[in-house]
Amino acid sequence: MQNGSKALIEVRGLKKYFPIQEGLLRRVVGHVRAVDDVSFDIPAGKTLGLVGESGCGKTTLGRCIVRAMEPTAGEVILRVNDQEFDLTKLSAKELRAVRPHIQMVFQDPYLSLSPRKTVLNIVGEPLYINKVAEGRALEQRVRDLMDLVGLDVKYLNRYPHAFSGGQRQRIGIARAISLNPELIICDEPVSALDVSVQAQILNLLQDLQREFNLTYLFIAHDLSVVEHISDRVAVMYVGKLIEIGDTEELFQKPRHPYTEALLSAIPRPDLSRPMKEVTLEGEVPSPANPPSGCYFHPRCPYAKDICKHEAPPLVDMGNNHFSACHFAKELDLQGVGE
Amino acid sequence: MMNDVLLEIKNLRTYFKLHEGILKAIDGVSLAIGRNRVLGIVGESGCGKSVTARSILKLVPAPGKIEGEIWFHGGEKPVNLAALPPTGNAIRDIRGREIAMIFQEPMAAFSPVHTIGDQISEAIQTHQSLPKPEARGRTIEMLKQVGIPIPERRVDNYPHQMSGGMLQRAMIAMALSLRPKLLIADEPTTALDVTIQAQILRLMKRLQAELGMSIIFITHDLGVIANMADDVAVMYLGRVVEYGTVRQIFENPQHPYTQALMQSIPKLGSKGRGRLASIEGTVPVPLDPPRRCGFADRCVHFIPGRCDADVPPLIDTEAGHQVRCILYE
Amino acid sequence: MDATKDSAQKSITGRGTEITAEERYYMASQSQLMWRKFRKHRLALISTVFLIAIYFLAFTYEFWAPYEMQTQHEDYLTAPPMVIRFVDSEGNLRAPFVYGTSNELNMDTFTREYVEDTSQIYPIQFFVRGQEYSFWGLFKSDLHFFGVENSKIFLLGTDGLGRDLLSRVLAGSRISLTIGLVGVFLAFTLGCVLGGISGYFGGATDTVIQRVVEFLISLPTTPLWLALSAAVPPRWSPIQVYFAISIILSIFGWAGLARVVRGKLLELREYDYVISARLAGGTDGYIIFSHLLPGFMSYLIVHLTMAIPGMILAETALSFLGLGIRAPAVSWGTLMQDAQNVRSIAIHPWLLAPGIIVIFVVLFFNFIGDGLRDAADPYKL
Repeated sequence: MQNGSKALIEVRGLKKYFPIQEGLLRRVVGHVRAVDDVSFDIPAGKTLGLVGESGCGKTTLGRCIVRAMEPTAGEVILRVNDQEFDLTKLSAKELRAVRPHIQMVFQDPYLSLSPRKTVLNIVGEPLYINKVAEGRALEQRVRDLMDLVGLDVKYLNRYPHAFSGGQRQRIGIARAISLNPELIICDEPVSALDVSVQAQILNLLQDLQREFNLTYLFIAHDLSVVEHISDRVAVMYVGKLIEIGDTEELFQKPRHPYTEALLSAIPRPDLSRPMKEVTLEGEVPSPANPPSGCYFHPRCPYAKDICKHEAPPLVDMGNNHFSACHFAKELDLQGVGE
Repeated sequence: MMNDVLLEIKNLRTYFKLHEGILKAIDGVSLAIGRNRVLGIVGESGCGKSVTARSILKLVPAPGKIEGEIWFHGGEKPVNLAALPPTGNAIRDIRGREIAMIFQEPMAAFSPVHTIGDQISEAIQTHQSLPKPEARGRTIEMLKQVGIPIPERRVDNYPHQMSGGMLQRAMIAMALSLRPKLLIADEPTTALDVTIQAQILRLMKRLQAELGMSIIFITHDLGVIANMADDVAVMYLGRVVEYGTVRQIFENPQHPYTQALMQSIPKLGSKGRGRLASIEGTVPVPLDPPRRCGFADRCVHFIPGRCDADVPPLIDTEAGHQVRCILYE
Repeated sequence: MDATKDSAQKSITGRGTEITAEERYYMASQSQLMWRKFRKHRLALISTVFLIAIYFLAFTYEFWAPYEMQTQHEDYLTAPPMVIRFVDSEGNLRAPFVYGTSNELNMDTFTREYVEDTSQIYPIQFFVRGQEYSFWGLFKSDLHFFGVENSKIFLLGTDGLGRDLLSRVLAGSRISLTIGLVGVFLAFTLGCVLGGISGYFGGATDTVIQRVVEFLISLPTTPLWLALSAAVPPRWSPIQVYFAISIILSIFGWAGLARVVRGKLLELREYDYVISARLAGGTDGYIIFSHLLPGFMSYLIVHLTMAIPGMILAETALSFLGLGIRAPAVSWGTLMQDAQNVRSIAIHPWLLAPGIIVIFVVLFFNFIGDGLRDAADPYKL
């Protein structure tokens, strides 16, 4: 993980704390640690899947990386064209110059497209803002992009209300790739879509990745989708990264009890693999008031005394697989199987 | 045979007459739910699965019109629910007491200004004459049964004080407080996280066995269906396109739509990162639909002149396994 | 109507080469969709037509009014409205006309009583030459829409000084109808700027502005209006008073608007498509003008439409109490001063005409606001 000198993007110690304010004078009485000291990197052309349950901070993390939100601390280092930028340190003007390299695909295809603009304007907006193309050239570029994402170019002048969820997501993707970005943050891009359409979009994302050597941070809660699309997977729990490793290894041989529990909880469309009898009890704690020690200890079936007092660090288990569990080396945890 | 059937839906049609035309949300659905069995209805958005559930309880909103028969064999005499007036006493007696329903959004099922305990007690008291303390006792007992910790304290909570998973449990407690013979669960776990979903699914399975009731489980998630259902109905564009036992559907899916659906979801543990077999196109809106197979446009086996000529009939391909596709004629 | 046609074609045609109704629907912009939806609201549509007509009359009243509003017709003090007739006393059908009237003092009640003289028939003439007026101070003319020769015509009656009420109502409409617009425009500017600053920058600025808004909203408006209007120097010209009153009205109007703007802005700022524009490198100015403003414009228009009648009513109330527009300028409020006591209403009910017109105008605005509110979100069914 530290050998990431070739990585396209490196996230180091990223934190996002939201102040909890009280009273008329808005005195700060505490913090919600939505993202708490998260580090990872993604090599160019690869996909990192980021999973976790709602409220674990995965969406906040994605937004902090693109600086749609201001992170509290940490670094986000982007390497493009032999240059290095720390996104968190850039001024608004410098940031605008770097923005074309990082784009985002959003979850809700209804909220992510302006209802007042045509496909031409939506897909062409980034080109127009960055003065990449104008007039006829812009229109031609938009036509090419529509073709690329599988939209009929005759819909150029239609408004978003004319499209279904899947088609809207294609428009969103066309817009995201319009500036030839290196990195795309995909924030739950298929979770609002129907099953049959979800596969189309996943295929499209993979095709585009191959064609343009795109790098994805793929945020999702659906583990089977993440397994399908990711090279590496990171698991978050209450704002912290608790495990990160290569997809196959993490799914076959997880090194954190929470990952094991997540994997075992997935209902599978396979009668030979009924849901396991033991599941995780209790609920995800609030990041405003997390438990002591390891945040997972109240729900963990393997918890010992030390887990209540000491927060485990993220340690290397070999093979570029990291886990934040005191007993990661001893436990023999179950994966999803072949 | 008749004895084993709790609810029988015959040629149900629910139409919405809109400005733009007639929206045929359900277009001729026939289903039977056995006693003590779980029927899973699976399909994508707009396939009519939720409207089917609402039609059973006559909870279809304004311009909706229900035709067909819905025979409920829970009482001494069979009742045709479809013929009952939607606001009369007869259907109100059946709602809650005989057939209960739980929804995707538990927050919407509870009033925010009353404690959940009061709301469950009230639900009990509207159907049974119980004094207040006893109704409260029953409520606490129900909350305990659905696995809410410290139910004596939780009974006085307001909905906003509970998490989504706890609230879903409370809604199940309310639905089951009158020991209904049939529970309709409309995407009850879709809004929940996967670990909480597993808890709720396990809870529902346990309660089904303990209380000996039937469940209609509606979801878009094939994994949930495989784990919950005894029988499965696959719906597409207002019609049942395939029906069979869970084994028949998952081990021998026959309708092209069912097959495509199964192939389009990524399978856990299959690391091969190849392309998914996707279904081209999108789900159409059943607005004045032509008389043809609804899946014809997206089907890889489409036969011109046959599939678009008429609605294919339901064909028995093996005992208890029906497919609405001319490939099996 | 159109929507039915559109979707009927939607299911049948699908892919045609020429532009189908379906295609037109899909290529309809948001404002076009709003217009389609607004058209379905009959009452709002009718109200719009009427209001446009009323505003047109107000802007060109000199032409429509048969007399100059200050002219006193001594022979017709508090004369009742004349009736336009088409059939004379002998039963003959003829062009519209009015009878001449004569008046006498009833010695029992000491009121003037007007009697129609069916032998005098004055046909109503159109585009007649009458009193000279100066149209908006631009040019002089004496062309009036209608009038009668050799007699007088008072379709709404006259007031106690013998001034034609119809002419005065038409003249008053210019002030009453525009003061709402000017007031709302001022309130809109203030509300947008302050609400926008509040919503976009947040933090301490937001807190300060919001506290001021809350303070203003919590003040009882009527006494303050009264106090402020009473402070307008009596020597000010009618124009100065007019602007002073609109400023007074807008001082309180902007607070509510600032809240609406701020709330909408906070909501829109978090929309994915706005974030997406920021990620594309859009500057603050670009985002405000191409996403945020169009985003809440429709809601603002609804809000404004609903605010105008409030302003009109407020002006009417102030003027009615003698604290608003002052003579010689007239507004509907000043006209209603004549109807201040029960006795005069009982004897001269036509003096209430301006009040009835106020009611209709306010209703029209509310119907339009209603229709706009439905249309503001054209994607909801």
